[in-house]
Amino acid sequence: MNKSIIRLENIKRDFIVGEETVHALRGVSFSIDEGEFVSIMGSSGSGKTTMLNLLGCLDTPTEGDYFLDNVAVSTMNKNQRSTIRNKKIGFVFQSYNLLPKTTAEENVELPLMYNPSYTGKERREKAIKALNDVGLSDRLNHKSNQMSGGQMQRVAIARALVNDPVLILADEATGNLDTRTAYEIMVLFQELHKKGRTIVFVTHNPELAAFTSRNIVLRDGKVIKDAPNERIESAKKMLDALPKQED
Amino acid sequence: MNIGNLIKVSLRALNNNKMRAFLTMLGIIIGVASVITMLAIGQGSKKSIQSQISEMGSNMIMIQPGTGNMGGVRLSGESQQTLKLEDYYALRDKTNYISACSPTVNSSGQYIFGSNNYPCSISGVNSDYLDIRKLSIDEGTVFSKQQIEVAAKVCIVGQTVIKNLFTNGEDPLGKVIRFNKIPFTIIGTLNEKGFNSMGMDQDNIVLAPYTTIQKRILAITYIQGIYASATTEADTNKAIDEAETLLRANHKLKASDADDFNIRSQEEISKMLTSTTDILTILLACIASISLLVGGIGIMNIMYVSVTERTREIGLRMSIGAKGRDILSQFLIEAILISFTGGIIGVLFGLGASLLIQFAFSWPVSIQLYAVLLSFVVCTITGVFFGWYPAKKASQLDPIDALRYE
Repeated sequence: MNKSIIRLENIKRDFIVGEETVHALRGVSFSIDEGEFVSIMGSSGSGKTTMLNLLGCLDTPTEGDYFLDNVAVSTMNKNQRSTIRNKKIGFVFQSYNLLPKTTAEENVELPLMYNPSYTGKERREKAIKALNDVGLSDRLNHKSNQMSGGQMQRVAIARALVNDPVLILADEATGNLDTRTAYEIMVLFQELHKKGRTIVFVTHNPELAAFTSRNIVLRDGKVIKDAPNERIESAKKMLDALPKQED
Repeated sequence: MNIGNLIKVSLRALNNNKMRAFLTMLGIIIGVASVITMLAIGQGSKKSIQSQISEMGSNMIMIQPGTGNMGGVRLSGESQQTLKLEDYYALRDKTNYISACSPTVNSSGQYIFGSNNYPCSISGVNSDYLDIRKLSIDEGTVFSKQQIEVAAKVCIVGQTVIKNLFTNGEDPLGKVIRFNKIPFTIIGTLNEKGFNSMGMDQDNIVLAPYTTIQKRILAITYIQGIYASATTEADTNKAIDEAETLLRANHKLKASDADDFNIRSQEEISKMLTSTTDILTILLACIASISLLVGGIGIMNIMYVSVTERTREIGLRMSIGAKGRDILSQFLIEAILISFTGGIIGVLFGLGASLLIQFAFSWPVSIQLYAVLLSFVVCTITGVFFGWYPAKKASQLDPIDALRYE
C-alpha cells in the first residue's frame, strides 16, 4: 500500500458572517497517497478555497481531523502550523507572489531562510538546484520585474520545491497565463509528478483536470465526484499541437 | 530567521524606498541634532558663568555682620558692629581650613588728581585680599606689613580708576591722589579683570591698608566684613563650619542664640546663577525633544504605510513558514535601522552645528558626552516604541487574508 500523505476525516468548516453561519465544507473525507497528482475542481462557492486553506495548514477545520504526512494538523497552534508549512508544503499561487526587486535565486531561497538548520551556502546550493529543475538555470540573477509571467511562475514553483515538501499545493497556478505558457507550466507539473512528487492542483478550469491522475469535484461543500483519471493527457503533446507562434 | 538575515531583509526594504527612508530619517536627524546642539548651548553658558565665578575666587568665603535687634527694633546688618579685629585675628591664626584672610572696611567718596575727579569707593584690606579675590599686581607692589601697622596713606588702584584720573597717559605709580582731601600715594596698579557675570566692573577698585581706612577715614574700631579663602574648593564647607564655631565662641553666643553674622560662599552665588541656566537648558532640551517625538511619529506613520503596502509579502512569508515573531522582528528592525542611522547622522549634525555656532557667533558651547549618548539611546528607543505597533499589527495578520489583499 502506498504511503498516505493527506487524510481528511469528515472535515467541516463553518464561517460566521453576521448572524448567519455559512457551511463552507459539510463533511469531506478522502485521502491522497504519495505520488498522486490530484486536481480539486469546483465552481466558485463550492468550498475550493476553504479546502485549499485547510490542506495548506493556513486554516483549521471546525470539526473533523486532518493528517498531513501522518501528523494531526487540526489541533496545532499558529506557530506549529508555520513550522509544518515551512517543512512539508510548497505553495504555488495564481499571482506568483514573488518579492519585488529581488533576484530569482533569492526568491527561491526564502522558505529556507525561515528554517534555521540551513546555512547560507546550503540555501544557495538548494536554490540553484531547484531553479535548474524548472529550467531557469540561466536566470538566477534576474530580478522578478525583469521576467515574463511564465518565468515568474517557474521561479514560484522552484520556491515550492526548494524545501523538499511532501506536498505541492497549486492554487490556479495557470490562471494568469496565456494558453501556451499555461501548457508549458502543466508540462513542468507532469514532469514533477513523474519524478514522484505529490501535487494537489486547485482549479475551476475542467480542461486542466485531464492532465492529472485523479479528479475530485466539490459542490456546496461536499465531494460529488472522486475518481482516478484513466486517460491522462500529455501536456507536452497538447503544447506541440498548438499552432507555432509567428514572430 | 536569524538576526543577520533579518537585517539584510530590512536593509533591502529600505533600499527599495530610499527617498522615503531618508525623509523619515530626516525627522530623527533634526530631533537628535537639535537636542545635542541645545544642550551644548545651555551647558556652554552654564560653564562660562561657572568659570567667571571661579575667577572671582571659587573658594572665597564672605563674612558679614548679621542682623540683630535692639529693644525689639530689628537692625540692618550694615549698621551692626559685631565683627571686630579680634575675629579676624582668630580666623587668621586658629583655623585649619582657611588659608588666607582679610578684614574689609569700605568708604566711598571722590578721588582727585590734577584737574580730574572720579567717584569710587575705597576698600581697606590686607595683602591677602589680592589672593582671595584673584587680583594681581600689574606694576608696583602690595602694601607691606609695616605700612599696615602704621596706617600708611598708600593705595593700589584698578585700571578703570586709572583711566578716569590719568587722562593724559601719565604713569600712575608714585603719584599722589586725594580721597576726600586725604592724600594717598599710589604704590601699585592692578591687572585688568573686566566685568563679572553680574555686570560689575571689577577694575573700578582702590585698595588701601585696612588700618588706614579705620583710623584716618572712618574712625572706627570694628570691621565691616571678612574675606577668607578656604584651603581648597572642596573644603569650603569645613572652613565655613570652622569659622562659624570660632565666631560664635568669640562672640560668646549661647547655644540658643542666633548667629550675629552671615557667612556666604561663592557656592551659593554659583548655585543661584547656574540654576537659571539649568532652567534655560531644560527648556531648550524640551523643545528639542518635541522635534524628536515628531520624528518618532514620522517613523510610525511610514511603518504603517509600509505594512499596508507589503501585506501580500507578509502573507507570502507567513505561508512559507514565517512565524508571527519573524514578521514582528523584520518590521521592528526596519524601524530601528531608520532611527539608528538617523541617530548617527543626527549626532554628527548636532556636533557640527554646535561647533559652527561656537565658531560663527562665538557663543560658549560645551558638547556633553552624556547628551550625545542620551539622544542616541532615546532615538533608538523611539524607533522601537513607534515601530512596535505597526510591526505587531503586521505579525498578527491572517495569512489567508494577507495573501488575497488587493
